[in-house]
Amino acid sequence: MIQQNTSVGYDSKVEGEVIVTRADSVINWIRKHSVWPMPMGLACCAIELMAAGGSRFDISRFGMEVMRFSPRQADCMIVAGTVTYKMAEVIRRIYEQMAEPKWVVAMGACASTGGMYRSYATLQGVDRVVPVDVYVSGCPPRPEALLDAMMKLQDKIGRENAVKDLKATNEVLAATPGARVGA
Amino acid sequence: MKATDFTDLVQRFDFLTERESADHLAVNCPADRLLELATALRDELAYDLLLDVTAVDWDAEHPRFTGVYHLYTTERHEYLRIAANCTDDIEPTLPSLSTLYPAANWHERETYDLMGIRYEGHPDLSRILMWDDYPYHPLRKEFPLAGIETPLPADDVAAQTNAKVLPAPMMGGPFVAPTEGPMSQAEPLAKDESWTEKEENQ
Ligand code: SF4
Repeated sequence: MIQQNTSVGYDSKVEGEVIVTRADSVINWIRKHSVWPMPMGLACCAIELMAAGGSRFDISRFGMEVMRFSPRQADCMIVAGTVTYKMAEVIRRIYEQMAEPKWVVAMGACASTGGMYRSYATLQGVDRVVPVDVYVSGCPPRPEALLDAMMKLQDKIGRENAVKDLKATNEVLAATPGARVGA
Repeated sequence: MKATDFTDLVQRFDFLTERESADHLAVNCPADRLLELATALRDELAYDLLLDVTAVDWDAEHPRFTGVYHLYTTERHEYLRIAANCTDDIEPTLPSLSTLYPAANWHERETYDLMGIRYEGHPDLSRILMWDDYPYHPLRKEFPLAGIETPLPADDVAAQTNAKVLPAPMMGGPFVAPTEGPMSQAEPLAKDESWTEKEENQ
């Protein structure tokens, strides 16, 4: 069945070379097809993350292959692995250095809930220090599961109120001394 | 060539006693003679490799803490285990071997971190696994596996996120695999299966 495309109204007879749409749709469309993930590889799950980036699974088919190891160049943190309390601080600081808008994927049982490490040293879920958008189950999740999660994230990005969020962010920034208001 | 046995060692070091062992030669050594023993073992008997430094917590017994060292000779290919009891049960100390074996440096930091044994003469006895301000030594017998509530290492992150170091939900654990029966049924099981995960109050 052909799905109706609700985000773009285009009729070449009526509009010629003009496409009518909403700012939200365009912004979301651009964002969701150029997710720049930052691999936060902390344990065994990172190996599956690497596999997802490799030729066999090929994350770039979905427009999110630009893995960047610097938070300043990334907008999606993939937390892949066991988060210790000692590392929690680092994750939070790296998250804060990422540019808005940003998303977090908790990959695997450990990042989602602490996994099998019910111990004194392990943070019981990375959502205690950073806001998580998508959780991936599995120990470790297969690369397909990660790809599925990333596509879920794309759907989620597609539903955001980009313009409203942008205004809200700018208002927050304007009220923060020393912060520069972006576009 | 005959393997080194206890009689060879006790001839040279009369303060040693033999220690029960299921595998390699093992000796008990008084803590204050440990440095002397290790120096001689390294320089005269070619025990040139320090493989492991660890400790045992005997809980209510006295002496409570025993430091354990594993030495190896790359010349004769023999292992030697040395056990040294800490005289003080409250503030256990042992001499540091880091001047003899560089490998002892991080091993001793780990044992200090997890067991709380102070190594005298260590160049930098700081924690190696847990963060510097952590108040406990987690491998001691009285420390619960789930942990104890403490503040997060970074104050500012803790203030922003309200996150704390909290006891982990044990959910009926620890999970122990049965040692008998077929491997197909050796799935680790919770000791207490009646648990239900309670809602956590943030
Ligand atoms: S969820 Fe499993 S595979 Fe992933 S980091 Fe934890 S233990 Fe490793």
